[in-house]
Amino acid sequence: MGKVNKRITIVIQGENLSTRVPLPYTPKVLELFKKPKNYGKMENPDAFSQAGSPACGDVINIYLRITRKDGEDIIEEAKFESYGCAANIAAASMLTEMITGMKLREAWKIEWQDVAEKLGGLPPVKRHCSILAVGGLRRAIRSYYKDKERPDWLPDEITPAEKQALEEEELIERLYGGRGRREV
Amino acid sequence: MASEIRELLAAHGKPAREVYLDNENSGWVPREVVEEMIPYFNERGYGHPSITNKPGWEALEVIAETNELVARTIAGNPIGVNFVHSGTEANNLAILGTVKERKSKGKKIVVSDIEHYSVLLPALSLEDVGFTVIRAPVDEEGFVDIDVLPELVDKETILVSIQAVNHEIGTIQRLKEIVEVAKDKNPDVIFHTDACDAYGRVELNVRDLEIDLLSLSSHKVLGPKGVGVLYIKEGVRVEPILKGALSSQHLWPGVENVPAIAGFKKAIELAFEGFHEHNQKIASMRDYLMNSILESVPDTKLNGPRGMERVSDNMNISFLHVEGEALTVELSMRGVYVSSGSACTSRVLEPSHVMLAIGREYEEAHGSILFKLTRYHELDDMRYVVEQVIGAVERLRKLSPLGKG
Repeated sequence: MGKVNKRITIVIQGENLSTRVPLPYTPKVLELFKKPKNYGKMENPDAFSQAGSPACGDVINIYLRITRKDGEDIIEEAKFESYGCAANIAAASMLTEMITGMKLREAWKIEWQDVAEKLGGLPPVKRHCSILAVGGLRRAIRSYYKDKERPDWLPDEITPAEKQALEEEELIERLYGGRGRREV
Repeated sequence: MASEIRELLAAHGKPAREVYLDNENSGWVPREVVEEMIPYFNERGYGHPSITNKPGWEALEVIAETNELVARTIAGNPIGVNFVHSGTEANNLAILGTVKERKSKGKKIVVSDIEHYSVLLPALSLEDVGFTVIRAPVDEEGFVDIDVLPELVDKETILVSIQAVNHEIGTIQRLKEIVEVAKDKNPDVIFHTDACDAYGRVELNVRDLEIDLLSLSSHKVLGPKGVGVLYIKEGVRVEPILKGALSSQHLWPGVENVPAIAGFKKAIELAFEGFHEHNQKIASMRDYLMNSILESVPDTKLNGPRGMERVSDNMNISFLHVEGEALTVELSMRGVYVSSGSACTSRVLEPSHVMLAIGREYEEAHGSILFKLTRYHELDDMRYVVEQVIGAVERLRKLSPLGKG
């Protein structure tokens, strides 16, 4: 007979135990899930970030092409890749639409609630999708200024949105103890 | 809430072709079963089966007929057939009611690592009141390790609960051996089996298997929801866990769901007439579906065993680099209705404990999809499903950063 498997613990939190409970996605979420905008890998992006982990079933990659115009850094093109649920894909798609053509200083101010609102709302258990997308964007913006002079609008300390995305990743790490994680 | 769901459904639209393969979570009910139920709402048997009047006796009649039918199909005694309202209730009654009755005899309970939540969670809830729950390990295909089992059962063990067929990966347990091992270590142990996913698919003989308690669920044999059965062997005592009003059943208060019981009876008759032909047909469609998907979609993994040790109607495949919830939504828009073992509806939740217990990695569990067939499907439905699965996985993999070298 086979090996003895490692004991597992069931962690129960929230109202739903599995995907068996259908979630009331909005028509906008469904539309963007069906026909996402700006998806795919960008070659030689000016800024890139990855947020989430395969172990938690959520990864968002954000790619930015940035140009300088009239003393401002502007997002010329934004693309995403997503490994995640329908809400994750829709949130990443919506965010890239929102930030295309935007100054970095403006894009920095976007909060997860703004993305959720543009999607017509997200069920409570899906809000982390929007948090992950916004946290990923800020991570990409921060990485862009890593070797450059930090603009005055970019805070030194980590912002709540970045912290939330980080906390999610750490939570998964704590819960799963690194099992199922791998480099991507 | 309701208006949001209406909008969602409108945006989803009705696919040109629909194939329902989520019969694990909720069974599709054939028309003839529904028709059997209708008279019991307002033509006959609409009375209370505990009351001495004609509509009450008519209700009692269909209950007694179903008792006898269930008993015949499991080689049991009609008096042992107790109706509850779901498989979940049957499992809760089995676990909590047995422990309540036998709490002075020992403090240990053994369950398998891959039991349904309705066995696992009531068992684990007893840890708060001083019981120890021991989880019997399973191998990569979900078989309970029979070499380890004797070490887990002892004189302190009051209850062993191991399912006949796994609800997610279709493993048919070697129940006879398992019961023998458990009773050999402790002849007084009560053996419960959750047979919800086995009934109508594998032969169950409670006498042969020496099973004390057995759970069944109506919707898993394409009967209506709202009926479950706990079969109790003669001489075995289970304490009620709910207290309530007048009822012909001392074990479960609340009037029986008589129309649903009438439907369950019809569903059993249909499932058992041509039992072997049905299961052969289902297994051959399932094998076509399984082999076609495994051959035509790269980076897939079958979860659970192959061949005769897998129940006829179950198929479970992990699609790597895509998340299962997204896949269920994508397939839904293509008219293929399935479910996933992904954790995606709740943030701090693990994916399917069954997947993890058989040693699947988290990403493999998140990408798992469960398909459950019925005899009402045709091979052509499976061809359609294969096409749609290929398209759905391809599309979502295009969006995914994983698996691209």
